[in-house]
Parts: sequence; structure tokens; C-alpha cells
Amino acid sequence: MKQSITLGSVTRFIGLAGFLETIKNVFTGKLDKEDFKNIFRKVIMPLASVLLFFAVWYLSANKLHEIEADHLINKALVEQGPAEAEKLRACIASGDKSCQPNALPSPVQVWGAYQTLLADHYVISADKKAFKKKTASLNAKRIANGEKPITYTGRPSFVDQIFTSIITVFAGFLLALFIAVPIGIVIGLSHTLRSSVNWLIQIFKPVSPVVWFLLVFMIVKTFTKNSSSDSAFIICFISVGLCSMWATLVNTAMGVSSVDKDYINVAKVLKLGPMQKVFKVILPSSLPLIFTGLRITLSVAWMVLIAIELLAQSPGLGLFVWEEFQNGANDSNSKIIAAMFVIGLIGFMLDRIMLTIQKMVSFNKND
Amino acid sequence: MNTTLLENNQSNTYLENGILYPSSNVMLDLAHLKKVYPTPKGDYIVLQDLNLKIMKEEFVTIIGHSGCGKTTMLSMIAGLNEISGGTISVLGKHIKDPGPDRGVIFQSPSLMPWMTALENVLLGVNQVFPQATKSQRNDIAKYYLQKVGLEDAFNKKATELSQGMQQRVGIARAFAIKPKVLLLDEPFGMLDSLTRGELQDILIEIWNKEKITAVMITHDVDEAIFLADRVVMMTSGPKAKIGDILNIEFERPRTRKSVLEHDDYYKYRKHLIDFLEH
Repeated sequence: MKQSITLGSVTRFIGLAGFLETIKNVFTGKLDKEDFKNIFRKVIMPLASVLLFFAVWYLSANKLHEIEADHLINKALVEQGPAEAEKLRACIASGDKSCQPNALPSPVQVWGAYQTLLADHYVISADKKAFKKKTASLNAKRIANGEKPITYTGRPSFVDQIFTSIITVFAGFLLALFIAVPIGIVIGLSHTLRSSVNWLIQIFKPVSPVVWFLLVFMIVKTFTKNSSSDSAFIICFISVGLCSMWATLVNTAMGVSSVDKDYINVAKVLKLGPMQKVFKVILPSSLPLIFTGLRITLSVAWMVLIAIELLAQSPGLGLFVWEEFQNGANDSNSKIIAAMFVIGLIGFMLDRIMLTIQKMVSFNKND
Repeated sequence: MNTTLLENNQSNTYLENGILYPSSNVMLDLAHLKKVYPTPKGDYIVLQDLNLKIMKEEFVTIIGHSGCGKTTMLSMIAGLNEISGGTISVLGKHIKDPGPDRGVIFQSPSLMPWMTALENVLLGVNQVFPQATKSQRNDIAKYYLQKVGLEDAFNKKATELSQGMQQRVGIARAFAIKPKVLLLDEPFGMLDSLTRGELQDILIEIWNKEKITAVMITHDVDEAIFLADRVVMMTSGPKAKIGDILNIEFERPRTRKSVLEHDDYYKYRKHLIDFLEH
């Protein structure tokens, strides 16, 4: 099934097909009564909700800003006298960045922070390139002599952090896949095994990511005592994997154990061997449920990743958010909100990718 | 008509329903068959002391009220349902488990929806003819798909086929493994009457060629008469057994028209309906 990537398939992929198609109909003039209803439902209402969201955000940010400013001015009045207070009021009113109170940033500030982060990324990547150029000949010599090459040790940019996070989440996701799917198949096949390990699944499934992180830390610490490598990444992806694998485990076991009785009867009548029964009948028929589980696993993995990166001090978006919070610079809050949108968008894209795969493996096209 | 079952083991023949059969001709033998389902209120006896002999190359239809235990009996013959008492033998050998010597056409087509029509038929063919080459097995599967009129749908996924076409694949799958006995559990019950007629024609056409002993459950009196050499009527449960057997003496190959126009047709029909209404 070769399919060229068209604008249509992209918009369908991100779930905007209805919206864009309706707009297209408006401009091509193909309208009837049903279309007006559609325009209202698919274009006007979504746009209105976006506007409403930003309006509420903007107004509440202003209000919070005002409250914080009043508080600061009052404090200055009490502690430093009216002259200082008046100076501060003037400073805040002038929009000078150095004296702004630290509150919920407005959409404009977040947009500014986003652009700062991008600019910062370009500076850092240019810096990296220059460093690579400078050390190229030296590194070649060092490698020839059997020495370790010199690597860039500067601060990672925001975009670097995004990629680190995506790599970590995929490592965790793959770990979950390789643990949960085989175990799920085995316990799905055996009723005895299923009921005997059920307690374990029920107890470990709701455990919080923070506790998983601590558990993994306890274990990995022992193994990495003598190694010089950074164990933060290992701890991080293992915790993510363990924390997110339960949905896949449960779904796989359920899919395997609830194969349509008709298919099992066919397999019995044809006297398929156990391996053939598993690979030709049971697995294909439970694939849709397995992929539903994997989709949940990936979205859980992405959600807990941020918290675990923060705890493990492993590079990535979680650490970025935490460092910005600790940093407390006047645009830190804006950067955190900018990161929040990036995290949300990436999570959304990951879910869409899984949904597409899920639709591909689903044999029931009516689903 | 004589409804008792007379057996004469000494003389290697036996008399059933007024016809004398040689014992060596028996393909399927149900003897004192019993099925019990334990319930909290005590045992529920579905079948008791059910005796039936089915000859080689015979087509038998089984008719009876819903819930009388027809399907239970058929799935016991298929080996999918445990036998509580008595025996079932195929060519004199007791059966316990399911196996490809007894092909089943289920009520729902039961095709693997992730496979194509050809792959569904091959699933059985590969199992039954492991020594054959891949192309030979492909040829067998394709031959039977052609026989059921699906030569254009080899590579269509099962989900892309209509209910009637899916059941055609089910028929091809059952014949392609060349079973000794073919068991059909109301295979056309879910189809509209036009499609049902088509599939009856297809079934009987293949059957005329292959002459595989067939046992078919149906609710449709006309279908029972059109297809069968004998119509077996089961009494209502619990403790169901064979109530009556009707020999259908139309010549084969039959056409629907010749059957409908035959003088005996309405006599047979009346006999069956009288039984069912009592």
C-alpha cells in the first residue's frame, strides 16, 4: 500500500480534515444549508474556543500580574518608604523587565520566550559547529592515538532537550513493549498463570511514577557502582518503561485470552499445532487490542517521563522545566509555559502516530 | 413408516427405516449417545440414548425444534463438545478429539478476518497436506474457491466479502481438506433467502462431485428435503433422541425445479411439518 503524502493525508493525520475541508468549501462557493451547519460546528465554534482560551488566559494573567504588583509595591512601601514604592510603581508601569513581578505569564510573554529559546538554540548549535570544526583535526589525532575525542560540553539548547526526551521516551516505550507483550501473551494463554499473577498486576499497576523511579534507582545504583557512565539516562528510561507497561500487559493478556471462540474452534478442527495456533490465530486476532495497549503505554510514558527526568536529573524537557523553575529569572515562567505547549504537542503527535498504526493493524475496518 | 432401529450384528447387515444396509457401509455411528450438562439444580440431560448410523456418501439433514440439542450433537461429532456417555465412531474408530477427518462448516463463516480468502482455505490445506509442495497446495485451495464461484476474490480480505461470499469460503475451506465427514451447522441460517438458494446449489454441486458423507442441521424444511437422502427428525429436549427418519427418494443429481414438481414433494413436506407441529 503505497500512499504519497498529500496535504489531505497530513490534515487527516492531525485531525484537522473536517475543519480545513469546510473552509475550502466556503472559498470554492459550494454551499448549501447543511454546509452552514457544518461551518458553524467545524469552523466557527473551534475558532471561538481558541479565542476564548487565549482571552481567558490573557485576562487572568493580567489580573494575577496586578495582584502581584500591588503586593510588591505595598511591601516596598512598608519596608523602604513611599519614595522607593513610587519608583517601583513607575518601573513596573514602564514595562522594564528587571522589576516585573513573577506571576502567570501572558500569551505574548510566552510567545516571546519561545522565540528566545529558538534564538538560543541557533546560537548554541552555531557554537557547537564551530567547536566541532576547531577540534576536528585534534580529535582525529586523538582517535588515531587511541585517546577519547574531546566532546562539546556546553549547555544543551531547548531543541536538544526535546530530542533527548523523545529518545528517552522511545527507549522506555521499547522496554515496555519487550517486557509487556511477551509476558502478556504467556499469561493470556494460561488461565492458571493469569489468576496466579493477577495480584501482582493489580498492585503494581497503580503505583506512582515517583515510586517507580525510586525503586529503579535502588536497583540500578548497585549495578552502576563501578561504571563511570552516567546512570541517570538508564534509570530514567527503565522507570518510564516499568511505569507505562501495565496498559500493554493487561490489554495483551486480555486480547490473547478472549480470542473469538469460532476461531479457536476452527484451529481445533484443523488440528493446528500450538505454535501455529498462537502465531496464525491468537496473535493476529489480538493485535488490535495489543496496539490499543501500546497506544496507552506511549501516552503514559510521555506523561511520566517529564516527572521522572526531573527527579533523575536526566537531561530532557523535565529537567529543563525544573531548572527554569529553580532559576527564577524574569522569563523563566514564560519558558515553562512554552515548554508545556511543546510537551502537549509532542504527546499529541505521538498519540496520532500510534492511532495510525493501530488503524493499520485493525482488521475490522468499521472500527 | 417404520421408525424403530433394528440392528443385526450377526449377519453384517442391518435394517433401518425399511432399508437393508451392509455394516461395512457405515461411515458415522452414534451409539447410545448421551450429553449431560451439570447445573446447580442437578444434571440437565440434553441427549439420551441417541442412536444413528450414517452411510458412506450419504447426505443427512437433521431437523428439530430450537434448543433440542441438534447443535450439541453436531459439535460432539466434531469433537468440540465432550461426550457424556455412549460412543461416536468414524469408520469404526471411536473419536474423542476434533480432527480434520471431520470438516465443519459453522453457522457464522468463522473466517480469520486478517487473512485473504485464499489464506483462509490454505490454513486447512497446509495442515492436511504437509507433504505437498507449496504450489500444489495453492492449486488445491484455488480449485475449491473456483468451485464456489470466488475465482475473482482469492486475494480479498475476509472482511471485504459479503456474508454469503464468506460462507462460500467456509464451504471451500471445508471441502479442500477432503474430510471423511462433513458437518454443517445451519450454514445458511444467517443468509437471505435468495443467497441461501444460491449457496444450496453450490453446496450440492460440489457435493455431487465429492460425495463426502454430510450431516447438516437446518431449520428450513425445504432445504432439508432438497439436499438430503434422509431427513432425521429429533424430538424436543430435554432427553432428546431421534424421533423419526424420512427417506427422500428423489434421484440425484437434483434440480430445484424437478424436486418442487415431484409428486412426492408435498407428501414429504407434510410429513416433516406434521412432526414439527406435534
